[in-house]
Amino acid sequence: MVVTCEDVWREISNYLEGDVEPSLRLALEEHVRGCTRCAAVLDGTRNVIQLYGDERMLEVPLGFSRRLQDRLEENMPRSRRRFLGWIVATAAASLVAGVIEVARASIPSRPELRSELAQPGNGVPLDMQVVVSKDGKTFHRSGCPFIHDKAHVETMTAREAIHEGYAPCVRCMKQYLSNG
Amino acid sequence: MPGEATSTDPALQFYEETLIRRIRDGEHDLFYELVRPYEGRVYSAALSILRNEHDAEDVSQEAVLKAFKHLRQFRAESRFSTWLIQITVNEARMRIRKQHAHMTEPITDHEDEEGNYMPRDFADWREIPSETLERKEVRQLLTEALASLGEKYREVFVLRDMEHLSIEETAQTLGITTASVKTRLLRARLMLRDLLAPGLGGNWSSRLSFEKGTKPW
Repeated sequence: MVVTCEDVWREISNYLEGDVEPSLRLALEEHVRGCTRCAAVLDGTRNVIQLYGDERMLEVPLGFSRRLQDRLEENMPRSRRRFLGWIVATAAASLVAGVIEVARASIPSRPELRSELAQPGNGVPLDMQVVVSKDGKTFHRSGCPFIHDKAHVETMTAREAIHEGYAPCVRCMKQYLSNG
Repeated sequence: MPGEATSTDPALQFYEETLIRRIRDGEHDLFYELVRPYEGRVYSAALSILRNEHDAEDVSQEAVLKAFKHLRQFRAESRFSTWLIQITVNEARMRIRKQHAHMTEPITDHEDEEGNYMPRDFADWREIPSETLERKEVRQLLTEALASLGEKYREVFVLRDMEHLSIEETAQTLGITTASVKTRLLRARLMLRDLLAPGLGGNWSSRLSFEKGTKPW
């Protein structure tokens, strides 16, 4: 199958969604390898998705949370179990704090994430084979279109990737993330 | 990655279901705990539609209150976050309609979504400058670029690429077909690349405004 630049531009979004037939996918990749214009469009489109998909784009104005809580308190009926809830919550918090202190003493600390705002890979199956690029910050499934610098990738288990501070790709690992 | 966006962490789902049950049983104070992880998503959805920070915050609060008042209508087959974003989008759209109701110009989007979109700029943008997001001016620049898109492109892009709703959820939220979502998404992504690639891929350094028909750098 031979594809033109116009075909690439028409399918680029579906390609990045992983929503094209395998034969078309191969043809698109073959075209992009030999076309600097389409490579620029593909890289740029991928960057747009990645930049806007970053949690840092979801910041709220200063004081937003406080004002939201105030508005809720003004407009909702009092909790029927407010006082009881407070006691339970306080007791639970004390218990949790104690457990955390004990746990801290016995569990090695979590590796520092390469990207400070990424989500740690808590829900990812640890024995899954994943792909990382040497200078990247995230780990991916093999074939994820959001892998950067595909020329310098390495395969390892998710356990090893997490240990080295890589965070899960928010796209291909979405099902394992807490806000997925 | 079809289908992935609808999957949910079972632990999170269980946690949220428990919270919802307790809130419905009268522990109203827990409601903020339920919405707190999503307040950035609520605000961004409202801001992307309204393009005004004050209105976006007001609509965010209205949407959260509405979610509280209608919590009994929430069905566990969808994600709570998706339901909350859907309420926010509806509230924001209603606010827009109200604001424009007394204006002589109807709010129609004259941009043609038929036909293929041709990229206008082929600047190389190989490396993703994700660390640049640390800079507020870059986030502002991205916000301005997004605000310069037509409403129908902005809505689809925000729901799919910022809120991470699935194609189907985006279509359902906006009341359009999945084919329309895909078409608009493609154009939104390519338009944003055209607006941003020469700057983020090149050497821009100052905050710039997006004037109609002109390159911001």
